Amino acid sequence: MKVPYNWLLEYVDIEKDIREVADALTMSGSKVEEVIEYGKEIDKVVTGLIEKIERHPNADKLRVCQVNVGEEVIQIVTGAENVQEGDTVPVALHGSTLPGGVKIKKGKLRGVDSNGMLCSEAELGIADDDSVHGIMILPKGTPIGVDIKEILGLKGGILDFEITSNRADCFGIYGIAREASAKFRVPLKGIETSFKEKDENIKDYIDVEVKDDLCRRYAARVVKNVKIGQSPEWMQQRLMDAGVRPINNIVDITNYVMLELGQPMHAFDHRFINGKRIIVRRAEDGEKFTTLDGVERTLDSSMLVIADEKGAVAVAGVMGGLDSEIKDDTTTVVFECANFNGPNVRLTAKKLGLRTESSSRFEKDLDPNLVDLALDRACHLVEALEIGEVVGGKIDIYKNPVKPYTLEVDPNWINDFIGINISKEAMANMLGYLGMKVEVGDKLKIEVPTFRQDIRIKEDVAEEIARLYGYDKIKAEKIKGEAVEAVLTREQRLTNIIRNVLVNRGFFEINTYSFISPKAFDKIRLPEDSPLRNTVKILNPLGEDFSIMRTTLIPSIMETLKINYARDNKEVKIFEVAKTYHPAENMPYEPVKLSIGMIGKVDFYDLKGVIENILYVLGIDKVDYERDEKNPIFHPGRCAKLLVRRKSVGYFGEVHPEVAENYEIEDRIYVAEIELMPLFEAYKTERKYKPLPKYPAVDRDIAILVKDEVAVAEIENIIWKIGKEIVEQVKLFDVYKGKQVPEGMKSVAYSIIYRREDRTLTDEEVNKVHESIIKSLSEKLGAQLR
Amino acid sequence: MREQLEKIKLEALEEIKEATNSQRIDEIRVKYLGKKGSLTTILRGMGSLSPEERPIIGKFANEVREFIEEEIKKALLNIKNKERELKIKGEYIDITMPGKKVEIGGIHPLNKVLDEIKDIFFGMGFSIAEGPEVELDYYNFEALNVPKNHPARDEQDTFYISENLVLRTQTSPIQVRTMEKTKPPIRIIAPGRVYRSDAVDATHSPIFYQIEGLVVDKGITMANLKGTLETFAKRFFGEKTRTKFRPHHFPFTEPSAEMDVSCFVCGGEGCRVCKGSGWIEILGCGMVHPDVLRKGGIDPDEYSGFAFGMGLDRIVMIKYGIDDIRLLYENDIRFLKQF
Ligand SMILES: [Zn+2]
Repeated sequence: MKVPYNWLLEYVDIEKDIREVADALTMSGSKVEEVIEYGKEIDKVVTGLIEKIERHPNADKLRVCQVNVGEEVIQIVTGAENVQEGDTVPVALHGSTLPGGVKIKKGKLRGVDSNGMLCSEAELGIADDDSVHGIMILPKGTPIGVDIKEILGLKGGILDFEITSNRADCFGIYGIAREASAKFRVPLKGIETSFKEKDENIKDYIDVEVKDDLCRRYAARVVKNVKIGQSPEWMQQRLMDAGVRPINNIVDITNYVMLELGQPMHAFDHRFINGKRIIVRRAEDGEKFTTLDGVERTLDSSMLVIADEKGAVAVAGVMGGLDSEIKDDTTTVVFECANFNGPNVRLTAKKLGLRTESSSRFEKDLDPNLVDLALDRACHLVEALEIGEVVGGKIDIYKNPVKPYTLEVDPNWINDFIGINISKEAMANMLGYLGMKVEVGDKLKIEVPTFRQDIRIKEDVAEEIARLYGYDKIKAEKIKGEAVEAVLTREQRLTNIIRNVLVNRGFFEINTYSFISPKAFDKIRLPEDSPLRNTVKILNPLGEDFSIMRTTLIPSIMETLKINYARDNKEVKIFEVAKTYHPAENMPYEPVKLSIGMIGKVDFYDLKGVIENILYVLGIDKVDYERDEKNPIFHPGRCAKLLVRRKSVGYFGEVHPEVAENYEIEDRIYVAEIELMPLFEAYKTERKYKPLPKYPAVDRDIAILVKDEVAVAEIENIIWKIGKEIVEQVKLFDVYKGKQVPEGMKSVAYSIIYRREDRTLTDEEVNKVHESIIKSLSEKLGAQLR
Repeated sequence: MREQLEKIKLEALEEIKEATNSQRIDEIRVKYLGKKGSLTTILRGMGSLSPEERPIIGKFANEVREFIEEEIKKALLNIKNKERELKIKGEYIDITMPGKKVEIGGIHPLNKVLDEIKDIFFGMGFSIAEGPEVELDYYNFEALNVPKNHPARDEQDTFYISENLVLRTQTSPIQVRTMEKTKPPIRIIAPGRVYRSDAVDATHSPIFYQIEGLVVDKGITMANLKGTLETFAKRFFGEKTRTKFRPHHFPFTEPSAEMDVSCFVCGGEGCRVCKGSGWIEILGCGMVHPDVLRKGGIDPDEYSGFAFGMGLDRIVMIKYGIDDIRLLYENDIRFLKQF
């Protein structure tokens, strides 16, 4: 909210620089987001008297002025036509600056010396447009040679406040003034509201009926013999500084009062109130109404309207109607000053897409007792501007008057809660500045004014004390009491371990959106009945592409690979640890999964190796890899299901060529997706020491020819089974296809280590087992020794 | 005979000094001390000496032998050193050639900074709590004093899943969830993803990260809140960091505050990052509202607490000078490799 500084100063005497005030109010809870200083950029501009004007010898449109700027008379060439000898004008001297960083230097204009510039209002940044006015002419008798900022009152500025939703009272300048009064401990001045009522009775002009409790109070006054025109310059200036466009004197008064007190008002042209009756009622569903801005709107029965006998004249608290607006020939005005249910105004404004200065105040739930002050203030201004006469009496329908709220607070509790030590008298004094009446006993008995609906419990009072005392003065203290031990859960610890393994293997962690497009499932070839298509859906997504919560991380990692590939990043190793979301009975189920993705000079076994590394570090040994030809995401011949303790926990492999194509990647892609919880459960915490071997090992190599389709796991199973008594380790060291190996066959070579724990093995023993392994491989797998 | 011995001694010394390799030394050893060596030959002729002369010459001959042996030893050591030096000289390599590396990856900048923040709070006794991202309206709003139709709901454009399920708009729902599960003393932080239906641009992302903090115990004061968060700020942003607490309003804390830290880019002088103010807004905080404690099953007359919440993305962006939030969610590998 924009508050012109000089307007604020009307209610509190603070003799301080605007920036100092901004900082102080920010620290006491009224955050100033921006300080707009008038004339900040103006330098070396003074008042000057034009003593003589002559025609320019070389240019018809230019004139040469001798200007007295106090200490000297300087010559300035101007193109302006509105200046005359004897005028006092703002003069930008040599070396001066103007708003926008404009620098003025002396020079020659068509051969004649010019030692500065006469300024217009626009050039000084105090008006938007100078095409009409030309050079700014100052009143006669303005002193000469004085800084223009002093003359024009440009030493102030505008404070732009961020008002929090709980402080409805601060949506008016007077509320801010009260805050300033409390912060600086200076009295808050009263508001001038006096005016004379003419002896006629308002009842003869208008009748009001309130039909709905959404209107908590409705007050009105009538002003007659109105002379519509422009409001005085000072009022227009203040409105503009506060960000409101001046319209005419009556509308300006309602806006002025709204800005000042935070209470929106509305002015109707009495002529256009049909039946001279105002009815506050719910709109009918489908009721049409044209608002001030000329837009026809369709209302519904959740909305409150101000109506006459024929129809709506205003949407309550939001905007008035076009038909009854104040016109140039309006002579009798009805001032409405009412109080409406805040949430209802908010919803109406939202439904109509019409958030106004008025609705944004009403929606905070204003104090109904503000109505009297505002209505009187408006009438006072009418009288002060001499633009009309206030008809006697007022309408005021106020069924359930709001009363001040009283609460008791223990001052010691406040001190303890905040961690300060101030006297109860000092507390009472602070609260007094905020408009609270405080009786000081053992406890503080506080009467909270109705404009502070936000103060209801002791914590609220503690906040008032703390912020006025100054948060910066509260000492910073360590938490006392028993030390609390911080612990990481097993899941947190193991997740970190997994991330570290991946980083050490050259993978970069990624971080992708949790919502995806439903089309992503088609892109990864999921069949229509895939359980992964059963998703948590967002009712109001940012767009279809972000409309469902992901059940798998694969589309996200594929998109990331796609982006990188398209940008010529062709060697990419990435992973993500993130939640997936699956519909469940009450709350969705959100298991954490790990996805891994690679493109570049890598193959299936690089990916499998990383997974094996992770399982190794976690001490998980009951692992199986099953060929999975059915997984639609993957190349049917290059996909493995990962089983831990015989339970499937994920899958990995080379992405199906069609999926790769869908993501526009012309390279082999390897991805994995593994659910983490089963890994955490299988994690082996215990490791037991086994004595180092005492007896020597026997190392035998074996090379066999088998059919291509024989899996090495089958060979290893046989070796282990036959040699289980004495085999210590089986290590695959070569797989070869090509020269000297028949078509459809492969050569597989193992190193087998034999050892017994209790004695040295004899050659004979080893030979026996080794032979039966070879025999068994030959019988079961048709293996030939090479 | 004595002269002969003297001569041998001098000759041997001469030859040893001239020898440049160990092979030559071996030859010298054989020539003088070997079975057929000149010194041995002389000693064999000792018999021809008178009994008086024999011990004298014998002693001298031994001295000569010892002398030569000693010189040979010295020379050998010398030559070995020289030979080693020579070998070393021939083995120089270009140490500016690249090392043999295992390529190492990296943690995402968001998590990297988060890990740092977690460590700091961990050191202060804070454990890490977690909660669902698809959250009940109750925990996300109602339990935090934001009933239906509260204006604060407009400010946090919410993604809805159903009438009572939302994508959490903040990490604060973890407050009541934690209180329901844990008896005080409570000291937790809860980092995680949050969601707002903001259109994507350089400063807005519909998904971002927050870190919630909650402390509940007997006698927790606002001074404790300041103490804890000041300590955090100094550990995270540097010991010279100053903090500023400004009053603010949140429905679920009372009193409430925002904390600024002195700009860690310019040190408080004013720069582009802090928009010339010298301060950067980092987090919102406050004393847990008694209604919220009650919702968590904690008696506000017995216990008090404070809570805070900060946006991780903003901190990461300022820390690394990242000017577009989209970079954090796009995962260009060239971006990720910078952290
Ligand atoms: Zn800075």
